Amino acid sequence: TSAVMAAVWARGLRAPLGGRLRAGPRVPFRSVAAAAAAAPLYDVVVSGGGMVGSAMAAVLGHDIHFHDKKIALLEAGPRKEYDRMPDSYSNRVSSVSPGSATLLSSFGAWDHVCSLRLKAFRRMQVWDACSEAMIVFEKDDLDDMGYIVENDVIMSALTKQLDAVADRVEVFYESRAVGYTWPLPSHSCDTSPWVQIELADGRRLQTKLLIGADGHNSVVRKEAEIKNIEHQYDQSAVVATLHLSEATDNNVAWQRFLPTGPIALLPLSDTASSLVWSTSHEHASELLSMDEESFVDSINSAFWSNVNHSDFIDTAGAMFRSAISLLKPSGTAVRQLPPSVARVDPESRAMFPLGMGHATEYVQHRVALIGDAAHRVHPLAGQGVNLGFGDIACLAHHLSAAAFSGSDLGSLKHLLKFETERQRHNVALIAAIDVLKRLYSTRLPPLVLLRTWGLQATNALPPVKVRFSLY
Amino acid sequence: QLLLFRLTAKRLSSTSHSSVDSKEMKKFQLLAHKWWDEEGEYSALHSMNDIRVPFIRDTLLSMSSNYHLGNPLSGVKILDVGCGGGLLSEPLGRLGASVTGIDPLEDNIRTADQHKSFDPVLAKRIQYKSSSLEEIVEESMETFDVIVASEVVEHVADLEMFIKCCSQVLKPEGSLFITTINKTQLSYVLGIVVAEKIIGIVPEGTHEWEKFVPPEELERLLESNGFSVKTVNGMLYNPLSGSWSWMESTSLNYAVHAVKSGAQGQPSPTDALSETEREQPSATAGTAL
Repeated sequence: TSAVMAAVWARGLRAPLGGRLRAGPRVPFRSVAAAAAAAPLYDVVVSGGGMVGSAMAAVLGHDIHFHDKKIALLEAGPRKEYDRMPDSYSNRVSSVSPGSATLLSSFGAWDHVCSLRLKAFRRMQVWDACSEAMIVFEKDDLDDMGYIVENDVIMSALTKQLDAVADRVEVFYESRAVGYTWPLPSHSCDTSPWVQIELADGRRLQTKLLIGADGHNSVVRKEAEIKNIEHQYDQSAVVATLHLSEATDNNVAWQRFLPTGPIALLPLSDTASSLVWSTSHEHASELLSMDEESFVDSINSAFWSNVNHSDFIDTAGAMFRSAISLLKPSGTAVRQLPPSVARVDPESRAMFPLGMGHATEYVQHRVALIGDAAHRVHPLAGQGVNLGFGDIACLAHHLSAAAFSGSDLGSLKHLLKFETERQRHNVALIAAIDVLKRLYSTRLPPLVLLRTWGLQATNALPPVKVRFSLY
Repeated sequence: QLLLFRLTAKRLSSTSHSSVDSKEMKKFQLLAHKWWDEEGEYSALHSMNDIRVPFIRDTLLSMSSNYHLGNPLSGVKILDVGCGGGLLSEPLGRLGASVTGIDPLEDNIRTADQHKSFDPVLAKRIQYKSSSLEEIVEESMETFDVIVASEVVEHVADLEMFIKCCSQVLKPEGSLFITTINKTQLSYVLGIVVAEKIIGIVPEGTHEWEKFVPPEELERLLESNGFSVKTVNGMLYNPLSGSWSWMESTSLNYAVHAVKSGAQGQPSPTDALSETEREQPSATAGTAL
């Protein structure tokens, strides 16, 4: 995390536009006329048709100031039809914050999500496996804290809204970009000022602004030679769709920090929840290969067992808790018990490796990175896609203003404003998530005590609690 | 504060009213290819777009009842006098206007033409011509909806002639936008002494303080030549952030919006606004678009 901070502050200390204008292969075209005639010119090309890339293209497509602009979305995979959602739940879900829901409703996508399926949750209980410490997040007015939505549902809604602006946004499926050619910053006579994109099938595009939304292994970022601070966690996440022992309101998101990693139960319906269990690679493989009954037992044990408690910590924690209740009587919440799991959906178990990453720059001349291409976080805070949606809201705001002022869309001036705003917001959160991950990956008593007291104190202090959950 | 300088030549003209300074022309020749370097000599002009384009756009929108936010200046014919490399013409073109950019220096026009050529939309919407204002008057009587003369009038030999020509090529009730530098002690100290001689941000000799135009004089000339001055606003350049902002005082840079009187009648003297008036003009009779 200190490396992340150092890199970001070093970036900020450099002159505003200096040293930024170009890195990466620079091959000016010899014949501009021929190239220009052959390659269609777009105002914006978004590379990557996942949730963040598709949402970016849709937001711009619905922006009034982009009414006469040409936008393209490049997606390597085929177009998926989402006419009917299957009865069973998909094992890849996201926790969508209210802010992200607002963004999605700004261009009509949230209505589609609601008409398909989602589960609102009102409360989040987070507690430690090594102590009694617990923190509960909930809004005073009993508003929804967030929504658990299957990624396929989000994609279905986004695809519908992209179709609605097909006259402005051209989606290229099964189109992978294999090469980018960057323009010189202040171009001389015979070189094109636009970004040249070459697709796998040989087609070429030109664009005034390239937005990289191509995930944590972003090709756009690599080709632009933007340094990325990255770190592979020695953890994988195991996901599965679970069925509860008995139907319940199921409007609470549960997360318990085990020494091997956090296990989370995210509500999908009154009887089903989604599992996200971050643990060591070996344990993850074990979980995938064991039979369904053992798998369910492991989950229940992870949530209910107190094997990791130590008397010392329990006593210290209890002391601290009574101290708090003296000072602040309402500062200790009631601990609820998580639901127990009865069975797992067959075929729903999967695992994927985890890591963190942060690009030292989010923008360059005619290039912007959003979503996982710019930053990758541990799922323990459920923030991954929300950071991406936050990037979209900010970038779209600046691009819309730039379009309404007749500016060159690829100009660093407004791109830097986006970068500053988002880095200011993201770096603190990404660092915090990384710290939390490391803090909770240990059994060492001093650190357990620290986080126990920290969690209890945070739980007792409303302003801190509210701030954390506002993200 | 730094004063904006516009390195544009005085107009080339065969009439007896304009004067050509060959020394200045040579200076601008060298910099003709530097227009589009956003961080170079013209960086202050690039960032001036951040306030002058919204000013022009919003003023025109407030006078019009029929526009689309996706193409706000569609259908508007604009003349950009002293367009240089096209820094202001291009944003106006992107907003939908049909722009004619004129500049006496051929190299500037060449740079402007070459820069717009890569964007098919701009290439169609903008036409550049190497010419002075007087030279196009005859063929362009009452042709334009809007004239923008940004950082030009402080280089003009005969300001009243310039304004008369503007009036001739402007349609009745058309808009004239001017940005320029005031003639004050402050503008001498900051604009000439500090900027040119001490810090050296502006090449020495670029500006002649004698030719700076006080807003009172500009207003007087406009009002007596068929224009009604609607808005006068001070502008301030911050060299540290490289950005412009509006300010009440017009003691350094300022912007003016004036409207040519309609087909019938003279503009009333009470239409003139004081220099401390805020930005948005009140709707005038009829529309200019």
